[in-house]
Amino acid sequence: MTDSVPVLRVRDLVKEYGEGDARVRALRGVSLDVHRGDYVAIMGASGSGKSTLMNILGCLDIPTSGTYLIDGADVGLLDERQLAILRNRRVGFVFQSFNLIPRMSALANVELPLVYGGVGQAERRARALAALDQVGLTDRVHHEPNQLSGGQQQRVAVARALVTAPALLLADEPTGNLDTASTGDVLRILDRLSEEGRTIVLITHEDDVASHAKRVIRLVDGEVVEDRRQAPVDGPPPRLLEAAG
Amino acid sequence: MNPFEILRFALRGLLANKLRSSLTTLGILIGVGAVIMLVAVGEGASQSIQQNIQRLGANTITISPSFSGGGGGGGGGMRGQGGGGNTGPRTQARDLSLADAKALTDRTLAPSVKSVSPVVTAASQTAAYGAASHAVGQFVGTYPSYFEAVNKPVAKGTYFFNDDVLAARKVVVLGQTVVEELFGTVDPIGKQVSVSGVPFTVVGVLKESGSAGTQDADDVAIAPLPAVQQSLSGFGPLGSIVVQATGAETTTAAQSEVTAILNQRHGTTDENADYRVLNQATLQETVSQATGILTALLAAVAGISLLVGGIGITNIMLVTVTERTREIGIRKAIGAPRSAILGQFLVEATLLSLIGGLAGVLLAFLGTRFSFAGIQPVLVPSSVALALGVSVGIGLFFGSYPANRAAKLRPIQALRHE
Repeated sequence: MTDSVPVLRVRDLVKEYGEGDARVRALRGVSLDVHRGDYVAIMGASGSGKSTLMNILGCLDIPTSGTYLIDGADVGLLDERQLAILRNRRVGFVFQSFNLIPRMSALANVELPLVYGGVGQAERRARALAALDQVGLTDRVHHEPNQLSGGQQQRVAVARALVTAPALLLADEPTGNLDTASTGDVLRILDRLSEEGRTIVLITHEDDVASHAKRVIRLVDGEVVEDRRQAPVDGPPPRLLEAAG
Repeated sequence: MNPFEILRFALRGLLANKLRSSLTTLGILIGVGAVIMLVAVGEGASQSIQQNIQRLGANTITISPSFSGGGGGGGGGMRGQGGGGNTGPRTQARDLSLADAKALTDRTLAPSVKSVSPVVTAASQTAAYGAASHAVGQFVGTYPSYFEAVNKPVAKGTYFFNDDVLAARKVVVLGQTVVEELFGTVDPIGKQVSVSGVPFTVVGVLKESGSAGTQDADDVAIAPLPAVQQSLSGFGPLGSIVVQATGAETTTAAQSEVTAILNQRHGTTDENADYRVLNQATLQETVSQATGILTALLAAVAGISLLVGGIGITNIMLVTVTERTREIGIRKAIGAPRSAILGQFLVEATLLSLIGGLAGVLLAFLGTRFSFAGIQPVLVPSSVALALGVSVGIGLFFGSYPANRAAKLRPIQALRHE
């Protein structure tokens, strides 16, 4: 890869839970680089440590040892306030269980990261509407999460992750709770975002979902056992190509 | 992060659970309202008592005989059966005499004394005018200075004067109750009333002073001292002597001067005095101390309810934080700084207590317009400021623990919370 600084650089990441005899090593020294524009699927059985890795990449959890750089900045050296800014500006996170805030409209949910980012009211309204348009929910902006289907909720969550134009989009089993049709919707959106050049890392245990990615990494017992490239970093995602061709 | 956004989030959080928010607010409302109202009732009681004392006369000292005193305690106790002999010590209790009263007017020995009014009281004398009759509660024989000393101004007609006293003229100034009973709507000035068969001419009517407690202060008639002694009470000892000091500052000085003179004349000391001295100023001081304690007690009780309200806020905020832990995790995951989370929950708690406090103040303002058990509450501005300040302080103080707990959570801990 010719890119000077990778979006993500992880070196010897170790994460342990518990103390003494009850100690569990979820990650046993994971190292990987993700470059700008890449679309990576991390696969593995449950307990393989993929969710733990994802939480650390999203700055939601702290590794026991190892280093982690986003855009060349060492996350381990940041204080609480800087971490909050990083989560707000650099990383967009999509959860398996959507994690929208109840009793807030789709629009308000999408606007929320911009509120914390200190964006003015008019601008954040415009950007939130644009993000919702990108996921095809222009007609649902004033609905609250409990008035939306699972697929729609997940699309709102994707819009919320995109609205700050983050360097990195992380998705933790985004289709895990969705039916086939909704899964298709969400994956199409991700494919399109990848085509537009956004860097995406997602977790899945379904081969079908992984086939959308340009690169597949397989984790077993907290270690990378396979790193397979399906398409070039600067090309379109493979399934989009198929659909077009 | 804009403060308005924090306020907006806090309001949204409170409105999400209206019933819970309003019940918590109610706790603070009752606390704040109770503090302000009870302090106001205490203050009202204290003021009304002070006024009643004031009405008895300004800067006055009342001297009355005390039978328990007397040199060597010879006055009381069992006497031997033998004869009617006065076997007690020589220093027997002495009554108050007109000579005592005259001695108190000495300018050099008692410079702080403005006037001295000897008083005899003839109880339950029946006054009659035409067919109407009325048993006068207090028939007082005294000097003209009495009117000023005990604060009984004349509303109609005149006082009687020193000439009337010297000539023992049978003139009388009547209280409002006596006038109503005897004359109804007829103008009493110049009319003659017969008191126990003795005719007295009405020269004046006292201004209404209102009843103090159970005693009707207007059921009174005041006549020159010798006239009353001649016809009603006889020339016995004085009932009391009312001494007016030259000013509020000199009442204590006047008291010691009066005591010194009487001790010398009666051959007694302060310890075994055969008279009692009632100083209006000390009475007022004692009473205001007592009512002050009462007010403090009421405020303390009310303060406890304010504290309970505060604990209610902590409780609700803890529940809210626990219930919304997941939401906090989501907010942190999308980049909410610690200050925003802390701010939101602190503002929520403060809003609860502030709204409750303001409603409590409003309630107290309304409540103090009514009188309780004859006491008109008097709003004390400092109690309003204090109660409101304490309630907001409670919000900040009791809200900061749950808010801090929420802000300190790591996003992943909060997100995993179910």
